[in-house]
Amino acid sequence: MLDFGVISANFKFLIVQGLFGLGGFAGGTLRLAIPAIVLGFVLGIFIGLARLTPSRLISVLATLYVEFFRGVPLVMVIFWIWFIIPQILRLPIPEYGVALTAFVVFEAAYFGEIVRAGIQSVPRGQVEAATAVGLTRAQTMRFVVLPQAIRNMVPALVTQMIVLFKDTSLASIIGYVDLTKAAQIVNNREIKPFELYLFIAVVYFIFTYSMSRFARRFERRLTPA
Amino acid sequence: MNYQFKWSVLWSGQSGSWLLQGVITTLEISALAWVLAAALGIVSGALRTVPFRPLRAVGTFYVEFFRNVPLLVWMFFWYFGVPPLLPRAAQDWIFNHGAEFWAGMFALGVYHGARMSEVIRAGILAIPRTQFEAAVAMGLTTFQAYRLVIVPIALRLIVPPATNESLNLLKNSSVALTISVAELTFQTRQIETYTAKAVEALTAGTLIYLILCVGIAAVMARVERRFAIPGLIARGG
Repeated sequence: MLDFGVISANFKFLIVQGLFGLGGFAGGTLRLAIPAIVLGFVLGIFIGLARLTPSRLISVLATLYVEFFRGVPLVMVIFWIWFIIPQILRLPIPEYGVALTAFVVFEAAYFGEIVRAGIQSVPRGQVEAATAVGLTRAQTMRFVVLPQAIRNMVPALVTQMIVLFKDTSLASIIGYVDLTKAAQIVNNREIKPFELYLFIAVVYFIFTYSMSRFARRFERRLTPA
Repeated sequence: MNYQFKWSVLWSGQSGSWLLQGVITTLEISALAWVLAAALGIVSGALRTVPFRPLRAVGTFYVEFFRNVPLLVWMFFWYFGVPPLLPRAAQDWIFNHGAEFWAGMFALGVYHGARMSEVIRAGILAIPRTQFEAAVAMGLTTFQAYRLVIVPIALRLIVPPATNESLNLLKNSSVALTISVAELTFQTRQIETYTAKAVEALTAGTLIYLILCVGIAAVMARVERRFAIPGLIARGG
């Protein structure tokens, strides 16, 4: 019979450690997702800009980067990083480092495409006007193009953040204790798979759905009437 | 870094046949899941446009709940969570008939059905209402208008996003390795376990995924050009 008591009995482990990673625990979905989103976006800005530079070599390299990571499953990338990084650095890397590196490298390709589309959505006349008033290329990018581009990118960015948030569950494959792994650990002891996996599905849903609601409201506010 | 490359591990021993089996399983699970996803996507996409609130709510609930939860969680849910609730005889039957493959296929299909639904809905909403009105004005019934006008246009409009989504499905089939479906990523790991040659094994798996994705994308780009409606779809360079 269904027994949701298993949730309340293990609530602290599932939520405090598995979801938030608080209190000296090595784990947590949010502790992985938030830096991955921030760093992935930062790297994505560079990749998006690199695709648009006049330098042919740099833009081709950036295009290859994007096409490569968009053509390969994330699971594969996680395994690559898992084997490669310890080989290069010659020291064992904790699961957290492996997972974070894999997510940043992989998601930067997707963020890069969003950044590129956002920059290309800014009318050409804006750049010409900025150049005409004497701004340098870097200043034009920083003060004129990027602020407008970022505003246009918001809906796609939030969608990608939701995707990344869900993707962090794959860190459990290499043993990182996130929400999914925490549920697996509890399940190995209690054998309540239906209750536990349904519970974490609802927890994930609460986060992702509220992010998408927020994005929709934000989008409506930004759209000029 | 002093890694000793030994590429011959990929064609000596059983590696070759493992990779081949992996590719076949990946294509099988993806194809079956794709059919399920397309069916669920069309039904739920249509449900979300009907003028009857409870049906719309069912469609919306399905789409929002299933696409907002990680695929991995759905794999565990359908493989570990649901079978114990079934009658004993049904459980025995399932576990004698490749439960992990069917649970993985089902998880993949239901998850991507919710995402496909969004693509299909966007395609239908992108068609100007006047198309429908013109069809009705010419004497077509609502069903005929859908079958002869709306659906053919919508299907052509959604070729690029649907291709994208189908490739996501193919790549996401790798998540099924967590419930030990012997697909391509699983076989790659197996080669690496047996030969201790991680780079060679991962390179082989990665290249196969890239070839599959690039190949499908190229075929679909031709399909898109072939069926493009002049003046309706902006042709990209």
